[in-house]
Amino acid sequence: MSGYAFDPCARCEEVMQPYLDRDLSEEQMLEAEAHLDDCSYCRRRYRFEVSLRRYVRTATNEQMPLELKAKLAALRTPLH
Amino acid sequence: MNEPTQTQARRIAEEARDRVRFEEEALELSDQVFRVARHLVGSREEAEDLMQETYARAFRSWRSFTPGTNLRAWLLRILTNLNIDRGRRIQRTPQMTSIDEHGDYYLYDKLEEAEGTPLDEERVVERLSQDSIVEALAHVPHDFRDVLVLVDIGDFSYADTAQILDIPIGTVMSRLHRARRILKGELAEEVVN
Repeated sequence: MSGYAFDPCARCEEVMQPYLDRDLSEEQMLEAEAHLDDCSYCRRRYRFEVSLRRYVRTATNEQMPLELKAKLAALRTPLH
Repeated sequence: MNEPTQTQARRIAEEARDRVRFEEEALELSDQVFRVARHLVGSREEAEDLMQETYARAFRSWRSFTPGTNLRAWLLRILTNLNIDRGRRIQRTPQMTSIDEHGDYYLYDKLEEAEGTPLDEERVVERLSQDSIVEALAHVPHDFRDVLVLVDIGDFSYADTAQILDIPIGTVMSRLHRARRILKGELAEEVVN
């Protein structure tokens, strides 16, 4: 039972994360897509989830300090 | 130079070449490893120490790496083990808080409530400062955060994450699911306040 017939938006919320991870069966992916095509309530939340994931990635992208890079390189075995 | 000595010399030269190649490849990945390390621990200083310990150990035990397998995952396996060795308590049954009880749409709904008008769902995340994301992430309990950081920041597959943390893949999935909810719950708290 897919659950879409009973409470489609609750079902969509339930599969939203695995849907974003592409971790559903092909049939489940298609069901979710069909619901998202029809339902603006869920579609807005889906788009939000996509942009939130992207934003988390951007916000956490801290560059490695150059001094640390040099320190790591110095840990290499010396060449004779 | 007799035969066995020549063979031995050749072997030593080959090994030195393999080692140099390994070290170069590991160093090329250091930016990506740091990106993950930075959010597995509380501060930049801790992350820097952990990186140095990790690379020192990796260069010492380079022979145990199987060429052709995922070097970035191998380095992070060392790093997460060292992180646990540094005295981090392993939470077998992590303490959960009430924020975990909210559904997946909770943050969106809170933002919409705060905005009072329909949201531009692709721009609304910008209401959250980048610092608040980093801070909210730091509030996610360790065992959940490890999974979230490896998958959502480090881009590791569920399978690689399971190997790095030495936990079953089902545990990766359930922790990831809860970690994302906790993160969103933390961010929602900020919106409300």
